[in-house]
Amino acid sequence: MHYASIVYDACAIFEMSMKRRHWGVVAVIALTLGALLISLFLFIRDLVVLQPSGDVGIRQRDLFYFALGIMSLVALPVFGLLGYIAWRYRETNTKARYTPRWDGNRKLETIWWGIPIAIVCILSVVAWQTSHSLDPYRPLDDSKAPLKVQVVALRWKWLFLYPDQSVASVNQLTIPVNTPVSFEIASDAPMNSFWIPELGGQIYAMNGMKTRLHLIADKVGEFKGVSSNISGEGFADMKFTVRSVSDADFAKWSEDITNNPDALHLDMMSYEQLALPSIIPEPQYYYLHDTKLYQMIIDKYSMSHSMNQQEEGGMH
Amino acid sequence: MFGRMSLDAFPHDPIVWGGALSIVGGVLAIVALLTYFKKWTWLYKNYLTSLDAKKIGIMYIVVAVVMLLRGAGDALMMRGQQAIAAGNPGYLTPDHFQQIFTAHGTIMIFFVAMGLMFGLINLVLPLMIGSRDVAFPFLNSVSFWLFFAGMALMNLSLVYGEFAAAGWLSYPPLSELQYSPGVGVDYWIWAVQIAGIGTTLSAVNFITTILKKRARGMTLMKMPMFAWSVLGAMILVMFAFPILTATLAMLGLDRLMGMHFFTSDLGGNPMMYINLIWAWGHPEVYIVILPAFGMFSEIVATFSRKRLFGYTSMAVALMAIAFFSYIVWAHHFFTMGAGGDVNAFFGIATMVIAIPTGVKLFNWLFTMYRGRISFTSPMWWFMGFVVTFTIGGMTGVLHAIPALDFQLHNSLFLVAHFHNMLIGGVVFGYFAGLTYWFPKIFGFKLHEGLGKAAALAWILGFVVAFTPLYALGLMGVTRRLDHYDANPGWQALFIVAAIGFVIILAGVLLQLTQLAVSIWKRKELQAGDDPWNGRTLEWSVPSPAPSYNFTSLPVVTERDPFWELKESGKKPKPIYEDFYEPKNTAAGIVIAFASFIIGFALIWHVWWLALVGLIGHIVTLIIRLTRLDNEQLVTAAAVRAMAEGRS
Repeated sequence: MHYASIVYDACAIFEMSMKRRHWGVVAVIALTLGALLISLFLFIRDLVVLQPSGDVGIRQRDLFYFALGIMSLVALPVFGLLGYIAWRYRETNTKARYTPRWDGNRKLETIWWGIPIAIVCILSVVAWQTSHSLDPYRPLDDSKAPLKVQVVALRWKWLFLYPDQSVASVNQLTIPVNTPVSFEIASDAPMNSFWIPELGGQIYAMNGMKTRLHLIADKVGEFKGVSSNISGEGFADMKFTVRSVSDADFAKWSEDITNNPDALHLDMMSYEQLALPSIIPEPQYYYLHDTKLYQMIIDKYSMSHSMNQQEEGGMH
Repeated sequence: MFGRMSLDAFPHDPIVWGGALSIVGGVLAIVALLTYFKKWTWLYKNYLTSLDAKKIGIMYIVVAVVMLLRGAGDALMMRGQQAIAAGNPGYLTPDHFQQIFTAHGTIMIFFVAMGLMFGLINLVLPLMIGSRDVAFPFLNSVSFWLFFAGMALMNLSLVYGEFAAAGWLSYPPLSELQYSPGVGVDYWIWAVQIAGIGTTLSAVNFITTILKKRARGMTLMKMPMFAWSVLGAMILVMFAFPILTATLAMLGLDRLMGMHFFTSDLGGNPMMYINLIWAWGHPEVYIVILPAFGMFSEIVATFSRKRLFGYTSMAVALMAIAFFSYIVWAHHFFTMGAGGDVNAFFGIATMVIAIPTGVKLFNWLFTMYRGRISFTSPMWWFMGFVVTFTIGGMTGVLHAIPALDFQLHNSLFLVAHFHNMLIGGVVFGYFAGLTYWFPKIFGFKLHEGLGKAAALAWILGFVVAFTPLYALGLMGVTRRLDHYDANPGWQALFIVAAIGFVIILAGVLLQLTQLAVSIWKRKELQAGDDPWNGRTLEWSVPSPAPSYNFTSLPVVTERDPFWELKESGKKPKPIYEDFYEPKNTAAGIVIAFASFIIGFALIWHVWWLALVGLIGHIVTLIIRLTRLDNEQLVTAAAVRAMAEGRS
């Protein structure tokens, strides 16, 4: 039973040293914490959200920095004041002024109601404008005609249909660089969220309806694409590769599939097979036999009742 | 006869077995100890059947602490899995991992945050407002036992059957029969449903208590700030929890009777569920944070030995937060495809909440300004809270900008953000409150040195555990991944996060040691009635506080009445009056047990058993409500004897 009293003594010593070297301890903690945080940055690479490869992502990143900067106007004074006040008005500093009944000051309070209000007003204007200018449903301002891609989230893979090229692929999205891509997104599985962090925002994929997303890549390269909404057992494997290639390579890619006599055909029959729960590690390519397939996948959910609900997805 | 029940429903997997055994073992150990020390009668009379709000509060806290340990165990398993599973499946199956994070979220919100909150409210609210009791003592007991029944049902899923694997809010269509045919989601529905009804009843109780049971002279604007925060939180419960009850009932009907409220075919609409669940879920996070704000308001004023700065602003800010928390729910799904107008409205409404919250921070700082601050462990929690909560507030505003949320939603950035609010805000606040009010309830203080060490470990561990998640979120890592491709950048950060969690765990162990050491050394830690030089009425009564709280009901003329009284040096003349004290009753336990039976029967489709539970419910209610001798009289003379016997 000595254990408890040993712990107790150790604590008493800890407490004593706190009293004597209160601020020394605080400094040590602050330094340790700082060192830990700095060492953290050694591991950080590929902050794709902050180093995007497309216009939408770039505008979102700028918004991130702007909002963070303007909020620091409140946060930094709070940290500064906390440190200063805690130090200055510590119990042992009897020289500091002590006004136990002072409980209000209209001028001071006006300042700290006013500053957050001003900041929120500025942010509100920005939020209003950007939620329209960066609305995922809004086509991008670009002279080039967009590439149309229809996306279906399945258990547990992503199916991409290119109706204009008559091709389809699973778990690999090939897009031409510097060309706006107009996505129509649906699900034939539990709800998923379609996200390519390096290109910009995400949108949910839901049964029986379409959501829309517009993105553009300004670099040739490979990016990661994921589902960000849990969709059952294979959720962690619901990822795909985005290949951003030149126009010529894109044309070649799609023609190679359509010209390949051995290419797999995708129609409602083979689709039903594909839609069964499975995890597909390697990308697959199809000749898209039936360009109405996408609409049929969506209509599966509205056939059985009279009202054709929310054709144009979401709450739009 | 037995519905879906079968022997196959017992766990097969060795890791699940471990969990089941720890639950069964824990329960058996408690039963054995109680039997060995012959404490059953003591427990039954003093706690289980007691209607004393303080005793009920202690029971809430005990349950919440045990559940905190289970939730932390879940967190340990998740952090372990994600630290390992880079390019390999790790040690948990996807389904098991998904059950764990679903359980973690459900436990931490419903059975830890809510449990600690109601525990602390029960302990101090009546004392603080100068009342002998809550408005409806029996209802209070029913609320607690329903909370307990929900908790028991949820933990039973570990031993028999399985738990939901669809995330803590069980979005359909994933949570519908089509995709989750097992009993997991049903366990989730009925555990949360039963506990949630208890919560609604508690709100009725505490709103009435605050509005009708305040000491003479204590106008609303003279209430302690904690009472304001409870009033705000309970109004939120009153309006939000019925939405939860209705939503769960509809999901339950979908699953039990093949209805189509939220299925994606036959006219159902999963988007409606997501709206409804967040119309409850968003107020819910404010329900747990507001009382923490209230506690900090009391703590900062006491330990700065100064009046709370900007009282009116603080009360207005609390109520503004409560109001705005109703009109922001859609910010949880900007990515569902609502248009720019809708998203912008909800985004801006969300940012508006940052205003009163910022004001509160400044008012706390200026309560400290020109004070005489003693840095006890509750103040350590407060300092940690200010830093983590401010960071969480900033990342919260980032999420509130719809165009930006599209890049952050459901990533680990979001996970880091809400843990900033829930650990840095709620948990730190409740731990500070527990340390602060502990001596009033038990008569001795918690050991300060260990308390500070624990606070330090929690704060440090928190930063180390969650900063990597912010970074991972910006690297495009989503939440709830049971494995990921081999990627040194990701894995290193997941390992750092796991180390941070181990530091937090050290904090938890320090707290348990603190409790043990404090009980062991309780003579030396004897607190006296007013250990912190308190300001509010709870410090004017003996520690531990007697069941009837006050021998002579206080009369209040200004804020901080006890501090003013000490300053004036006067002693008010006691007035002894007759009053009624509620008698113990086991009806709450029986009602909760009947609810547990109903829940269990509906999960396993044992219809006759549900009927038995329902009849048990009704019969108990009729018996209880037709009894007339539920209270006993305490005469003025007896009160005088008690008061004078003491002094």
